[in-house]
Amino acid sequence: MDLDALGHCLATAACVVTQTTSGLIVGMLLFLVAAGLTLIFGVLKVVNFAHGTFYMLGGYVAFTTLAVTSSYTLAVLAAAAAMALFGVLFERLLIARVYGSNVLMQLLICYAVVLIFDDVVKIVWGPDFHAMGMPPAFQVPPLFIAGGVVPPFYAVLIGIAAVIALALGLGLAMTRLGKTVRAAAINAPMVGVLGINTTLLFAVVFAVGGALAGLAGALAAPVRSLSPGMGFSILIESFIVTVIGGMGSIAGALVAALVVGLLRGFGTIGFPNFTDGMIYAAMILILVFRPQGLFGRRTA
Amino acid sequence: MRTRGIGRRSILGGTAGLLAAPWVARAQAKTLRIGMQSIFSGPIALVGTSSRAGVQMEVERINSAGGLLGRQIEIVYRDSKGQPQEAARVARELVNSAGCELLLDAEASSGAFAVQEVVRDLGVACIHCNSETSSLTADPKIRVPTAFRVARQGVHDAIAGSAYLAEFANANKITKWATCSPDYAYGRDTTAQYLQFFKKFKSDIEVVTEAWPKLGQPDLTEVITKLIQAKPQALFTLLYAGDLSAFVNQGNVYALFSQMKVACPNFDYPVLTTIKNLPAGIQAATRYIETFPDTAANKAWGESYRKKYNEFPTNWSWENSLAVQFMEAAVKKANSTDGKAVAAALVGMKVNSPFGVDGTITMRDDHTTIGYAIGWGQTVPQPPYITSVKPADWGKILELETEWKKQQHYI
Repeated sequence: MDLDALGHCLATAACVVTQTTSGLIVGMLLFLVAAGLTLIFGVLKVVNFAHGTFYMLGGYVAFTTLAVTSSYTLAVLAAAAAMALFGVLFERLLIARVYGSNVLMQLLICYAVVLIFDDVVKIVWGPDFHAMGMPPAFQVPPLFIAGGVVPPFYAVLIGIAAVIALALGLGLAMTRLGKTVRAAAINAPMVGVLGINTTLLFAVVFAVGGALAGLAGALAAPVRSLSPGMGFSILIESFIVTVIGGMGSIAGALVAALVVGLLRGFGTIGFPNFTDGMIYAAMILILVFRPQGLFGRRTA
Repeated sequence: MRTRGIGRRSILGGTAGLLAAPWVARAQAKTLRIGMQSIFSGPIALVGTSSRAGVQMEVERINSAGGLLGRQIEIVYRDSKGQPQEAARVARELVNSAGCELLLDAEASSGAFAVQEVVRDLGVACIHCNSETSSLTADPKIRVPTAFRVARQGVHDAIAGSAYLAEFANANKITKWATCSPDYAYGRDTTAQYLQFFKKFKSDIEVVTEAWPKLGQPDLTEVITKLIQAKPQALFTLLYAGDLSAFVNQGNVYALFSQMKVACPNFDYPVLTTIKNLPAGIQAATRYIETFPDTAANKAWGESYRKKYNEFPTNWSWENSLAVQFMEAAVKKANSTDGKAVAAALVGMKVNSPFGVDGTITMRDDHTTIGYAIGWGQTVPQPPYITSVKPADWGKILELETEWKKQQHYI
C-alpha cells in the first residue's frame, strides 16, 4: 500500500488527468464488451461465455483487413460487421437450440465454441502473438493537458465508445426496437404472443452484442497483442462489470466499467500489489450489500 | 497340477520372449528413439514448435550422414501442455512405453523440475533444453547424475545484464530506476536477482517505482502512466513475448520511450519482428540474433533455419539445436546410449558451436553449459534489430556466480 503516492497523485493535476484518461480507456473498451454481454443476458437470460471469442475474432478480422486494405476505418467496420454475422450464426445454429434448457448445456456449448475458435485462430493466424501497429494517422505525439498525458488515439477511442453508449441508451429508450427489446427482457413469451417475431429479435440482440465485442477487439488491436485465448482475460473482467452494474443493465455496465477502469488507474498508484484484488473486493461488496448490482432489478 | 502350472508359465514366458525379443533386437538394430517433450499447444506453443524446429535441423543432418552409432534417429514428440504433472507422466511414458533411449526435455522450468525427478528415478540420459532456472543444476540437492542443462541460466544473464546496465547507467548518469515485470515467480525473483547484482556494480541506484502487471494482462495503460508519473531516468523490464509487444505499442502511444531510457533482456526475434514501430535505442540483450556472435557460422545457421521454416529462430531453437549436438557428441564418445556412460562423456565436454561466444561451448561439471553468447546492444527498427552488441565478460560471470552459489549454500 502506498497512500503517500496516491495522495501526491490526487493533489497534482497532471497525475489526475493522466490516470483518469488511462482509467477511462480501460473502462470504455471494457464497456463495449460488457454491454453486449449484459444485453444478451437481459433479453435471453443466456450467460454468453463465448463473448470473449467475439472480441478476439474482432481483433483478428481487423488485423487482416488492415493488412489487406491499409484502412483502419474499414478494419473496424469489417470487424463489427463480421462479428454481428458471427453472433447471428452462433445464436441461430447453437444457442437457439438450448434456450430454456439447463444452464450447464449453455455453458458447455459456449465453452466448446471458445475452444474451437481458439484453435481456428491458431490454424489461420498461427499460435504466436501478433501486433497490428498504430494506424499512421495516430502516430502522433501525445497531447499534454494540464501537465497530464492524453494520447490522441485514446481520446478518439473514448469518444467512439461514449457515442456508442449514448446511442445504445437512447436506442433502447426511444426506438420501437429498443422498447421491444426491453419488453422482451421482462417477458419474452408475452412479446411473442403480441405477434412480434422474437426469433428475429433474439438474432438481432446477438448481432448487436457481437458487433460491440468485435468493435472493441478492433479498437484495442493497435495497442494490445493478438493471441489465441486473448478473449478469456477480457471475459472475466466483463463478468465483473456485469455483476457490479447489474446483469442486464446497459447503464449499469457503463458505470461499472468506468469504476473498474478508474480503480485500475488509481489503484495501481495507491495499491500496486492489490489492484486486481480491489476490483474483486468491489464485486464482493456489491454481491453482499446489493446482490442485484448497482442498476439491476431485484428479481421477485 | 504342478507340472501343468510350470508348463503354462513357460509357455507364457516363452511366448512373451518370442514376441519381445525380435522387437527389441529390431529396435536396437534400426532406429534410435529419442524422446522430446515440450509445450506444443496453448498460448505459448511457440516454445514447443521452435524447439522442435531446432532439433529437427540437427537430426536431419545426423541421419543424412548415416545416423548415430550407425542407427537412424527417430524423435518421439509428446505435448505436456505446460502442466508439470503431465510433463512427468510423458517423460516416464517416453522411456517405458515408447522405447526412447535418450530424453530431450524442452519444457519450461515448471515442467523441467518435474522431469528431473523422473530422470533421477529412471537413470536415462536427459538434456533440459529450455529451463533457465539456475537451481535446476546449481543446487546439488536438485541436480541429477544423468540430467544436464543446455540452455541459458538465469544467474548468468542477471550478472551479465547488471554489469552492462551499470556501465550504461554510469555513462548516462542514471540513478533513478523503475521496474516493470510480470507478477509471478519469474518476474519477481529475476527482478530481485538483477537488482542484487546491479547494486553490487553500482551502489547509488534508487528504485523510484515498481509495477507488476499480470501475465497476459491485455491493457497495460495504467502501468505505463504510473511509470511516467514516477519520472524515473530509466526503466528495467522483464516483460516478454505478447506482453512485451503490448507494452511497447501502448508505451509508444504515451511517448514513454522518449521520456526515459528502457532496458530489457527479453527482445527476441518473435518480439522484434512483430512490433510495427520498434523504438530505437532500447537497451536489449540478445536472446538469439544472427549477427551476434558476428561469425559466418552463426549467420549460416540462422539463414538456413529461416529458409527451412520461413520464420526467425527463437532462443529455444538454438538451445535445442545445441542440445542435439551435445547428445550426438556424447553418445559417440561413450559409444553407447546408457545413461551413466553418456553422463560421464558429457561432463567437461566442449563442442564447437555457432552459439559460443568464442566458437565453443563447454558442459561444466555441475551439468550446465557456459561460454554461450550473451550480449547487450541497442534496438533499431529494422534488421538486424539490435546493433553495437557488446559481449558479456564470462570471467566476471563465473566469478560472481561462484560467490552467489556460496551465498545459496550450493557449494
